[in-house]
Amino acid sequence: MRRMEADVVVIGGGATGASVFRDCSLRGMQAILVERGDIASGTTGRNHGLLHSGARYAVTDSHSARECISENKILKQIAGHCVEATDGLFISLPEDGLDFQQQFMQGCADAGIHAQELSPKQALQLEPAVNPALIGAVRIPDGTIDPFRLTSATILDAREHGGALLNYNRAEGLLIEQGRVQGVRCRDLRNGEQFEIRCQAVVNASGAWCHEIMEYADLSVDMYHSRGALLIMGHRMNGMVINRCRKPGDADILVPGDTVSVIGTTSTHVGRDELETLEVTADEVKTLLQEGSKLAPSMLDARILRAYCGVRPLVAESSSGGDRSISRGLVAIDHGEQDGLPGLVTITGGKLMTCRLMAEVATDKVARLLNISVPCETASRPLPGAHLPEPIGRKMRQGQSRYRLPDSSLPNSIAGSAVYRHGDRARSFMQEDDHHNNAVVCECEVVTRGEILYAIETLNARSMSDLRRRTRVGMGPCQGEMCACRVAGLLASQQENGDEVLGSLQDFVNERWKGIRPVLWGDALRESEFSYWVQESLLGLSSLQPEGKAEDNRDLYHEL
Amino acid sequence: MNLLVATDRSFDSCLKCTACSSSCPVAAVLPDFPGPKQCGPDGERLRLKSRDFLDVALKYCTGCKRCEVACPSDVQISDIIAQAKVKYGEDKFRLREFLLSHTDLMGALTRGSADLVNKLTGTSVVKFAMDKTLGIDRRRQFPAYARQSFRSWYKQVEEKQHIYARQISYFHGCYVNFNAPELGQDLVTVLNAMDIGVKLLAKEKCCGVPLVANGFHKKARSHAEFNTRACHTALKQGSECIVSTSSSCAHMLREDYPAMLGQSEQQVHEHIIFITRFLSHEFQLGNKPEMKPVRLKVGYHSPCHLIRSRGVLHTLNILREIPGLELHQLDSNCCGIAGTYGFKKENYTTSQEIGQPLFDQIEAGEFDYIVTDCETCKMQIEMSTSLQVLHPVTLLAMGMSRGK
Ligand SMILES: Cc1cc2nc3c(=O)[nH]c(=O)nc-3n(C[C@H](O)[C@H](O)[C@H](O)COP(=O)(O)OP(=O)(O)OC[C@H]3O[C@@H](n4cnc5c(N)ncnc54)[C@H](O)[C@@H]3O)c2cc1C
Ligand code: SF4
Ligand code: SF4
Repeated sequence: MRRMEADVVVIGGGATGASVFRDCSLRGMQAILVERGDIASGTTGRNHGLLHSGARYAVTDSHSARECISENKILKQIAGHCVEATDGLFISLPEDGLDFQQQFMQGCADAGIHAQELSPKQALQLEPAVNPALIGAVRIPDGTIDPFRLTSATILDAREHGGALLNYNRAEGLLIEQGRVQGVRCRDLRNGEQFEIRCQAVVNASGAWCHEIMEYADLSVDMYHSRGALLIMGHRMNGMVINRCRKPGDADILVPGDTVSVIGTTSTHVGRDELETLEVTADEVKTLLQEGSKLAPSMLDARILRAYCGVRPLVAESSSGGDRSISRGLVAIDHGEQDGLPGLVTITGGKLMTCRLMAEVATDKVARLLNISVPCETASRPLPGAHLPEPIGRKMRQGQSRYRLPDSSLPNSIAGSAVYRHGDRARSFMQEDDHHNNAVVCECEVVTRGEILYAIETLNARSMSDLRRRTRVGMGPCQGEMCACRVAGLLASQQENGDEVLGSLQDFVNERWKGIRPVLWGDALRESEFSYWVQESLLGLSSLQPEGKAEDNRDLYHEL
Repeated sequence: MNLLVATDRSFDSCLKCTACSSSCPVAAVLPDFPGPKQCGPDGERLRLKSRDFLDVALKYCTGCKRCEVACPSDVQISDIIAQAKVKYGEDKFRLREFLLSHTDLMGALTRGSADLVNKLTGTSVVKFAMDKTLGIDRRRQFPAYARQSFRSWYKQVEEKQHIYARQISYFHGCYVNFNAPELGQDLVTVLNAMDIGVKLLAKEKCCGVPLVANGFHKKARSHAEFNTRACHTALKQGSECIVSTSSSCAHMLREDYPAMLGQSEQQVHEHIIFITRFLSHEFQLGNKPEMKPVRLKVGYHSPCHLIRSRGVLHTLNILREIPGLELHQLDSNCCGIAGTYGFKKENYTTSQEIGQPLFDQIEAGEFDYIVTDCETCKMQIEMSTSLQVLHPVTLLAMGMSRGK
């Protein structure tokens, strides 16, 4: 059996695991990250993308609120190309009354969150998409966060500091010798090969699945799996985050994320056997639209791109109450202290936007195990790319042209999109005269050939869906109708195994369909028919599949 | 005020089929122009993130609306592009855009000095100066200003209009008033022969097409309000409808005003009709002026905005009623001038390249005249070919005078 060695093995390539991977690498440990799928393919890739100001928890959970506002400020500093400081509104509708607003202002003040009361008129002027029936509003420093880019940039930094990423590798067991965890048994999921990594410490950052890793050591944890569904609208309807100023409930946040807006979420308890089968139901879609349109009425006639859901990895502290009353705080367990099994640290709970803090807490524990005294630097050290180009020319108002390649004559839509996604790293794949590589492959999201190749070569993308997570290819209104085959061609030019690319093209198309199905009416339906026509009737996609797979694909289309 | 909110949301329905981009005349000749799909629905989604994503190439769009004709999803592509330039662009006052777009003002200023202005704008010294200082291409020919405006000529026939049983109002527009009063006179001749009296609006302002194209949207809106009020009064005072002899003015008044002003004045806007639609309807009912054979071979060029407003058929219908006319429909090809677009120096080459297939066809056709409904198409074709261009109404009047 193949053997590898490292100081630390991190299990789980979500935002949490990626941040631990980075923190360990920056503190000089030799770290390996093991992820069974792609990076951010778990809950991290299935959330709301809200850069909380903490205001949502100001009344109910002051501790979380404080954590949020502190991390909010840090991420704006270190991850400029992964977050947008849009600010947010907490609006009160006539049915909510204004009583909560008073508690809310007090809660924000207590947690150190800057909150500014606005008149309905001021709120409408700042954010015309907001429900004009509002009777009050408060402005708070919410923002948006792109989970894929945050994870990817974090991992890139770790790798540039000596870490190794093993995606598509599953942890299948822990090596426990002499009462200590001494390594991880893994399987390469692409060829089935088993191997071992020996190390001094293992960090379990497998989110909603963290009980499974614990079970490898006969340990257990009382997880509360809370599932949330969301809808992606076809365009960015609102410039600021819009929240309801009342106790947290269903579909009460509308987040502008990149070129879209996302309404969410719902909240239902799911059993651990349901973690892999996640489909959004018609009832959830109905609730999201009904409640969501109270935040922004224009949602009712806007196009819906797709629906998705994720599972919050919450740890039950007591068995009482619904999931929203369970703390969103992070849970870090040194199993040496808690269970007498040194060498294993579990980090879970928390939020996407507290991933850095979670990593700091977990890495501190690991450092203690390894006797390393290097302090944590992640709060002040920018992620790769995070230096956005400074505006050129004195006349430009501050913040006016963040998304420009300095001194570039390339079209703003092309250069700007590259900078928006990769910050100053855009320079590494976008050269002025390289017409070939500056050709646009995905037109909805303006992804160039160069960016695709960069994602393959530098960001470890191996499949079509990996490319989607790193570049947004196929995430726009056409959902890959125009670009899927172009991208597959590019991927095939970089890989030896053509069948694998075809397989990943099929997975990609199926995955797109899965998200569209719950909202299959109106423009989404028209688009689907057209996609079917392009991909099936014109390009004969399913007839191109490797033997045996063709049938599955046809089944899927017939279900429609 | 947050600009980053969609005003026209038709882009949401875009299927990404690219039918628009394959029918855009500019994209066909100008590699730097990304085409209607990317500038319109695709670009708008990016611009809603930040105005940083505004492409300068948007300025190459002529506003010909051929993309909208091709679109199966009714996306208002050309409007989205025009609005984006204003909404996300930097506000900069540009003298050239002002001069080119304020057609009514320029016409009024030249009153009484038409000969002088015509001579001046025709001389190479002035052309050179305009080219260098204003960026108006020196190879352009300016439309000549008439000595007497249409409105002042009309006073002679005003009295007589009351004898006809039916009355309609005529929106003459800047071009007929200042540059081509003969066309207005022809219209009065034709309609009078059909027993219809022609009234003018108490006052009218430029319809706003050049204002919108050059980014003066506020001004265009105030013109729209003014003209709508004037049309409203005319209808109340007994006019059956308001006709226009310019396909672009008519499109603006009928199709774009409701978008600018909301649906409240729908009643008024519905009564604004492009002349050939009106005539073809009358002809069908049997109300036709008497004409004698003209024995002419003409090529008909369909203007982009008339295609967009589905009016080409009506023009063809009335032309077919002219006895002896050998009518050839030219290939549907934008002439390239697109209103004030072709006057700008940076657009001259693009403008001529777009129109080249049309010019070639015209030169090869051995026509006596070219016929088209649009005044800027006429300027472009007359400048770029050896043929003279007539308005369909002028051709009708010619048929009548030969008959007399
Ligand atoms: C609907 C919803 C909305 C949310 N909205 C927000 C929000 O707006 N803002 C915010 O800050 N947070 C939000 N959250 C919370 C946030 O998404 C999660 O807290 C966070 O993403 C968890 O990240 P993680 O890395 O801990 O878990 P994950 O992203 O799930 O990562 C765990 C990884 O471990 C891998 N893994 C599992 N088992 C193994 C194994 N045996 N071997 C190898 N790898 C394994 C999985 O494949 C997975 O990639 C939301 C959550 C949900 C469900
Ligand atoms: S209006 Fe004409 S020039 Fe402009 S994008 Fe559409 S087709 Fe092209
Ligand atoms: S023709 Fe219409 S639907 Fe097709 S790409 Fe253009 S705007 Fe979109």
